[in-house]
Amino acid sequence: MIVRVQGLEKAHGARQVLRGIDAQVARCETIAVVGPSGAGKSTFLRCLNGLVSFDAGSVEIAGLSLMPRTPPDAPALRPLRARVGMVFQSFHLFPHLTALQNVSLAPLHVKHEPREAAEERARALLRRVGLGDRCAARPLQLSGGQQQRVAIARALAMEPEVLLLDEPTSALDPEMRGEVLSVLRDLAGTTTMLVVTHEMWFAQNVASRIWVFDEGRLIEDGPPSEVTENPRTDRARAFFRAVK
Amino acid sequence: MAMVALPLALLVAASGLARVRAQGEIRWAGDLQGGEPYVFRDPRDPSKLVGFEVELVRALAGKLGLGERFVQNDWSNLVPSLERGDFDLIVNGLEDTPALRGRILLSRPYFNFAEQLVVRRGSTLRSLDALRGHRVGTLASSLAHQILRGRPGIEIVLYGGQEEPYRDLELHRTDAVLLDSIIATRYGLSKPDLELADADVARGSYVIGLRKGDDDLRDAVDSALAALDAQGELHRIYARWHLPELPAPAPRADEPPPATFDLQQVALFVKGAGVTLAISLLAMALAVPLGLSLALGRMYGSGPVRLCAHGYIELFRGTPVLLQLYILYYGIAPLVHLPALAAAILGLGMNYGAYEAEVQRAALQAIPVAQSEAAAALGLSRGQALRLVLLPQALRTALPAMTNDLIALLKDSSLVSVITVVELTKQMTITAVDVRSWALPGALCAAMYFAMSYPLARLAARLEARLEAAGEEPVVAPAT
Repeated sequence: MIVRVQGLEKAHGARQVLRGIDAQVARCETIAVVGPSGAGKSTFLRCLNGLVSFDAGSVEIAGLSLMPRTPPDAPALRPLRARVGMVFQSFHLFPHLTALQNVSLAPLHVKHEPREAAEERARALLRRVGLGDRCAARPLQLSGGQQQRVAIARALAMEPEVLLLDEPTSALDPEMRGEVLSVLRDLAGTTTMLVVTHEMWFAQNVASRIWVFDEGRLIEDGPPSEVTENPRTDRARAFFRAVK
Repeated sequence: MAMVALPLALLVAASGLARVRAQGEIRWAGDLQGGEPYVFRDPRDPSKLVGFEVELVRALAGKLGLGERFVQNDWSNLVPSLERGDFDLIVNGLEDTPALRGRILLSRPYFNFAEQLVVRRGSTLRSLDALRGHRVGTLASSLAHQILRGRPGIEIVLYGGQEEPYRDLELHRTDAVLLDSIIATRYGLSKPDLELADADVARGSYVIGLRKGDDDLRDAVDSALAALDAQGELHRIYARWHLPELPAPAPRADEPPPATFDLQQVALFVKGAGVTLAISLLAMALAVPLGLSLALGRMYGSGPVRLCAHGYIELFRGTPVLLQLYILYYGIAPLVHLPALAAAILGLGMNYGAYEAEVQRAALQAIPVAQSEAAAALGLSRGQALRLVLLPQALRTALPAMTNDLIALLKDSSLVSVITVVELTKQMTITAVDVRSWALPGALCAAMYFAMSYPLARLAARLEARLEAAGEEPVVAPAT
C-alpha cells in the first residue's frame, strides 16, 4: 500500500472537518474523491502532504509517515513533498517564470539535478502535456487549461510516487476541461493519483475506485460502477442523484 | 491718472525712517541659535532675551525715540529675509565684507574683532602657512571662510553652528579653527585641550544690515551709534559682557573682489552634485539590503528578532533623520570616530532602511499565500521559496516605491551639510552668498537635482517595462 490513512481527524476551530478517516491506496491506482462541498475532501487531500496539519490519526505515504500537528513549514516534510506531487485548483504557477522554468525549478533546487538534464526533461514533460511549443511562455500568456497542464508537468517533474489533484478542472471553462482530463487519463494506470473532482464522467470512466466523502466521513469506497449504481448509504445515493 | 500716481508717489517717497516711525518700533532680526553672548534666552527666565546686541539695540532705539521688537530668523537667511521686508535691521554679528556691502546697506561698525586661530594644545601647526594641506574648520560664509579661501592648499571644513567646529577640533577631525575672537573665547578657548595659536590673523567688524533704499534710516542709525560711542555707552555694554575691544581694522589692500558666477563656480557645483549622487546611491545600496533583512526579520523571525526589527523600524521612522545624523557624527564620536562622509552614508542608509523595510514587507505580503503553498508542495525550503519564488515577485511590486524613495533620498541628502559634508545644496548657499545672488545658483542647483532625478526615474521606468516585457514570449525561430 502506497497510502495508508488511519483514524484521521481534523478540526477548524470548533468545526470538526474530518471525523476519523481510514483508507488505503495501492500503487498505480486512481482514486476519484467525490462528495458534496464542505464534506472535507480538499482538507483530506492537503493532510496527505502536510499542507494542513491534522489533530489525530496517522498517515503513511510513499514510505514516509506523517505525525499529527506537524506544522506545514516543518523542514521534516521536505522529503515527503519531494515524493508526493500536488496540483491545485487555481494552478498556482509562478508568474515570474516561464513554463519551462516552472517545471524545472524543483528538480534543479530540490533534487539538485544538472541544469541541462532538468531542462531536457521539463521540455519532454511539456511535450507530453501537449505544450512542447510553449516552453518560453509565462503563465499569464497561457489559457487556464494550458496553465493547469503546465502545473501537472511541474508536479510530474519531481517523479512523484503519489500525485494529489485538488479539483484540477473546477476553475476551467468547459472546453478546457477536456484537455486537462485527457492528460490525466493518459497518466492513469501508471501513476498513483488521488483526484478530488466533480467530474462524474471522469470518476466513472477513468478512476479505479471512487471514494465518497460526507460530513467528514468516508462513506463509500469501491469500484466506480458499484459505488455509483448501488451505493450502500442513503446519503451517497442522494449525492449521486443530485449530480446526475 | 492722478488717483493712481498719488499712492505710488507716496510709496516711493516712504523712506525707511518714516516707515519705522509709523510703526513706532524697530523690527530687528537675529538667530537665537547663535547663542551667548549675542542674543539668546535668559537661562533664568526663558521669556526674556539677553545679550550684548539686545542692549545695543535698546540703546539705539532709545536714541531714536522708538520701541524695538526682535524677530527670530535663521542666520544663513538673514539677508534674503531682510530684502523680503520681514524686518528693518539685522543685528547679529553680521560681518562687514565686500560681498555684503554690494548687496545691502551697512551701518558704521559697532564692534571690532580679531580672527583667531585655535589649535589643539601642543600642536605644531600654529599658523595658516603651516596649515597648508590640513583641515581647518570655520563657519560657512563668514569673514574667516573668505580668508581661508584666499589660502590655497588649506582644506576648509564648514559648520553651521559655533560649538561644533571646536568639538571636531578636539576629536582630531580638523587641525585648527579660524573664527572671530568672541566665538573663539566663548566656545573654543573654554575647552581645556585647545589653545590660541594666532590671536590676530585679521581684523573685522560687526555692522548693522539695512535694506537698500533705507538710506535715511541708515544715516539715523549711524548718528545714533556715533552718539552712543561718544557717550561711552557702547564701551559700557561691551565691558558688562567682557568683550575685548580692538581698534578698527585697517582697510585691507588685498581685499578680494566679489566673486562672479563663472566656470569655476560651475565646477564646484558639479563636484557638489557628484557628492550628492554618491552619497544617495551608496546610502540606498545600504538601505535596500538592510530593509530587506528587517522586513524578513519582522515577518519570519523568532519573537525577539521580530521585536528588534519592529523596534528599529519605528525608532528610525519616528525620529528626524537630522537628529540621527547629529548623533552618528557628534553623539557617538567619543566611541566611534566616523569620517563625515561615512557618517552621512551610514545615517541616511540606516534611516532609509526603515522605510525600505516597510516597502519590502508590503510587497511580500501582497503575494498570494498560494505561492508559498505551491513552493512548499514542491519540496522547496522556506529559504528557497523566498529566494526563488517570493522575492523576485516582491521586487517587481516594490520597484516603483523604491524609485520614489531613491529620488526622495537624493534631495534629503542635502541634510548631511550639518555634519560638514559639502554637497549640492550647501554649495549653492555658499556660492549664493559669494556672488550676492540666489537666482542663478538656485536655478543651476535645481537643474542639477532634476538632471539627476529624472534619469533615475526614467531608468526605473525602463526597468519596470523590462520586467513586464519579460512576461511576453520571446520570438523563437521555428525549428527546421
